[in-house]
Amino acid sequence: MTFTRRRMLVLAAGAAAIPILPLAPIPAFASAEEAAKLMADFAAGKEAVAGKLKLTAPEIAENGNTVPITVDVDSKMEGDDLVQSIVIFADGNPRPEVATFHFTALSGTAAATTRMRLAKTQNVIAMAKMSDGTVYMDKKEVKVTIGGCGG
Amino acid sequence: MNRRLFAAHSALLLIVASITGKAVLADPVDDSLQIDGTEIITRAPAPEGLPFDQVLSGWLFREAETRATEADSFANPGMLAVERGAEIWNTVEGTMGKSCASCHQDAAKTMKDVGAHYPKWDAASGKPLNVELRINKCRVDNMGAEPYKFDDPNQLALTSYIKHQSLGTPVGIDLSQGQMQSWWDRGKELYYTRTGQLNLACASCHEGATGKYIRADHLSQGQVNGFPTYRFNTAGMVSLHNRFRGCIRDTRAEMPAAFSDELMALEVYVTWRGTGLSVETPSVRQ
Amino acid sequence: MATTPKPRVRVPKSAAAGEVIVLKTLISHEMESGQRKDKDGKTIPRKIINKFTCEFNGQPVFSCDLDPAISANPYFEFSAKVTESGTFKLTWVDDDGSVYTDEQKIEVA
Repeated sequence: MTFTRRRMLVLAAGAAAIPILPLAPIPAFASAEEAAKLMADFAAGKEAVAGKLKLTAPEIAENGNTVPITVDVDSKMEGDDLVQSIVIFADGNPRPEVATFHFTALSGTAAATTRMRLAKTQNVIAMAKMSDGTVYMDKKEVKVTIGGCGG
Repeated sequence: MNRRLFAAHSALLLIVASITGKAVLADPVDDSLQIDGTEIITRAPAPEGLPFDQVLSGWLFREAETRATEADSFANPGMLAVERGAEIWNTVEGTMGKSCASCHQDAAKTMKDVGAHYPKWDAASGKPLNVELRINKCRVDNMGAEPYKFDDPNQLALTSYIKHQSLGTPVGIDLSQGQMQSWWDRGKELYYTRTGQLNLACASCHEGATGKYIRADHLSQGQVNGFPTYRFNTAGMVSLHNRFRGCIRDTRAEMPAAFSDELMALEVYVTWRGTGLSVETPSVRQ
Repeated sequence: MATTPKPRVRVPKSAAAGEVIVLKTLISHEMESGQRKDKDGKTIPRKIINKFTCEFNGQPVFSCDLDPAISANPYFEFSAKVTESGTFKLTWVDDDGSVYTDEQKIEVA
């Protein structure tokens, strides 16, 4: 199948007619600073370190309304090696808060999966707090594309 | 540059990029789909007369996380609609005091494979009926109930439930009945007719540009074997005629009414184009 | 879907003592974010599920505080370590005060 110049123009024009993602016309986006403040509050003076917490998110979200994410901390979940909570932030949404997971020894593992909304391309940040106050962090940039078809 | 112009510009760049270079990105994935142990046919030999060797499920054009959501019937939010449909199936409505189950008993048996063979010729109506119209006819004639309005959540749920009883069954409609062939002919004509201010036919995107990108959307063959489908975009079920109307709106054309003769003809023809693909209802799309 | 939110829960029917099992939950809910406007330009009030909890035989296993950035029809997948037979109780709390619950039994050998 070859494309003539005219065909390409027609297709391009078609794309232009399509409505913008429903989440887009939002007046004020949270600043990255607001996310930074919430992160500092969660860390409570500790330095967040990389390594034990893994955040899994798609590099490119097919639709920003439903983006699957998984968090997982390498922890025995017993004795002193216990994850208390994992918090998720998104630094380009109207509000940075997404969810806070709370775990116990009965959780067995410190892992959880959910689906979240992303208003535009931005960083998703996960932070985990251990029972001894240690804080771990992971961050993924998720690209949110604007689809061609409003549907 | 205003937003629209900018979008047009980016779309052009994307399309050029997809044509000139990264063919790999544009291909449907090499993956197979099983749902609860049922093998789903996502590639089938194309029916004679199509310019493809194979017909391909839209599932093959989606990203990994979207595909995974459909593959897990628990994670698939479309199953909420199917479960709602099961409730409706057993709920008495109308002046005759009947539910679907009063006559059709257990849908798992009586509706098995039924949805894979719709639209079907209905001599009494003198036209093809899809599952939605068949339900409405049953409600009016046999239950004494009001017909569902287009895209009533209960219509979406019951249609999804009935079609789900054909999960895995290859799509195949009978064109030999009544005047099905002439409806197919009319549907084919519509499929190839350019329409709207943008002068696009169904075929412009779903035949001529399958596998390419329209802005950030990976164009599939536009198969209908998974409808009603759960869309991440709206976080709800989307009926086939809603999708038809959405596509037509995007060409900036007047939209025919749902279940109008035009869209029924199109449904007959487009369903035929997916002959051999498994019913995937409720499929999951972006 | 505008019908009453209905939970779906998947828990294994049985497990070995000390096994870590996976639970999956899904509930129909529009998760109205409070950020959207209606056709007349008025803000649609926020109405979300703001809390989800899972208990086993009365003991907390896992919980989540939800913000409006969680997608419609909230989905959770998490784990539990089971040492005895018993009942999981799952609870979703709506902004309007409604509480939706589900219970699932598991046999532990």
